Amino acid sequence: MSLDAARLALTRDLHLAFRKRGQLVQPLAFFAIVTVLFPLSSSPELAQLRRVAPGALWVGALLASLLALEFLFRDDAYDGTLEQYALSGRSLTGLVFAKTAAHWLLTGLPLSLMAPLAALSLGAPPRSVPGILAAVGVGSVALSLIGSVGAALTLGIKRSGALLSLLTLPLSLPVLIFGARATELAIHGASLLAPLELLAALAVLALTLAPLAAAAAVRISLE
Amino acid sequence: MTWTWFHRLGSPPYVYALAARLTPWLAWPAALLMIGGLWGGLVLAPPDYQQGDGFRIIYVHAPSAWMSLMVYTTMGLAAAVGLIWRIKVAHALAASCAPVGASFTLAALVTGALWGEPMWGTYWEWDPRLTSELVLLFLYLGYMGLRAGIEDLQRADRASALLAVVGVVNVPIIHYSVTWWNSLHQAPSVMRLGKPSMPGSMLAPLLMMLAGFTLLFGALLLVRLRAEVLNRERAASWIREELGT
Repeated sequence: MSLDAARLALTRDLHLAFRKRGQLVQPLAFFAIVTVLFPLSSSPELAQLRRVAPGALWVGALLASLLALEFLFRDDAYDGTLEQYALSGRSLTGLVFAKTAAHWLLTGLPLSLMAPLAALSLGAPPRSVPGILAAVGVGSVALSLIGSVGAALTLGIKRSGALLSLLTLPLSLPVLIFGARATELAIHGASLLAPLELLAALAVLALTLAPLAAAAAVRISLE
Repeated sequence: MTWTWFHRLGSPPYVYALAARLTPWLAWPAALLMIGGLWGGLVLAPPDYQQGDGFRIIYVHAPSAWMSLMVYTTMGLAAAVGLIWRIKVAHALAASCAPVGASFTLAALVTGALWGEPMWGTYWEWDPRLTSELVLLFLYLGYMGLRAGIEDLQRADRASALLAVVGVVNVPIIHYSVTWWNSLHQAPSVMRLGKPSMPGSMLAPLLMMLAGFTLLFGALLLVRLRAEVLNRERAASWIREELGT
């Protein structure tokens, strides 16, 4: 029963998002622009760009996913959908998890598909593409989940953007560290298994704990 | 086993009076220990053979760093108690921890930077311990920011408590990932201050300072807790009786 409800919530969020395609593209455009900033602000030499590429890529991905987080719960909180979810008798954890999954499908997944392109433009060799795809793909799962807690906590606050970053970024640092390391290894053609496994561990940990915390935070925000 | 002592701790008037009674018992030993520790550390202890007198900043730096973590843990525990048993006093306690802890963290960062200038030749080094200390400061700031951002007190209590619990789970993860990150970029060149080979004349004042800082935190916490309880209960009748107005 709860699983059905979660699936319905997921498809609903995806439907709604595809009605507003403009908003869907915004985080991606933001990510592309951030990637452009690095060559323009440092130097267009590929050898040097290759050294900053992992950092640029992950800072861009982190900020882009942060930008989209504000909309994770906000519209549903305004029109009362979230309240109905909480009162529905279905597991709120499942419903919040479904919303987070939709958020990842709409921002995390496109970001991970775009990350190799951005990396190529920053001088990464083509053989690094699968590694970068895997690293950003796994890392963005953890980012979406960690972000869902922050987004739920800041629900009732006006102009919560800066606060949301202050809450979410310190908690995202491990993902950034291991993600950037995996990307660096992928660019150098080395085995990135170790940081990738640590990223996966973070993602699994977030997968188990974050929906519980986010659901509790949603309840607190609705009180 | 009776739980009356625990239930009484949930009552604001009782806690207010208890905190007032306990404060001097923490504050005076704290003052004595810190004076003794500073005297021992700054005057009696011999200069370090490598660092000269520069090492003496450890007598403020190490206790501050120790407290910064301990206060965060205390805050997380108090927040969890408040969240689980819905005890208002526990929320007041957690809220009182944050500014004290942030101050200790800032003190640890500033003294670390001052020590780094003569020792490393730079005020700031991306040393894993300094870095995770900085992240800890951001965690404190986030907690206080969230509290300040929510107007309804009860919601602020519960939301910030959840954040504190999430933070306590994350602090070790952040610390170890930062350590791991740093060991990739530079060899562990940081001098390991003293653990195995610190002579007693240096160690004893340090332990005194540690104990003194811990008691100081207790005293500061109780004073802040009383202020917090006063503010929260300002409409209650026991306050008027207590203050005699």
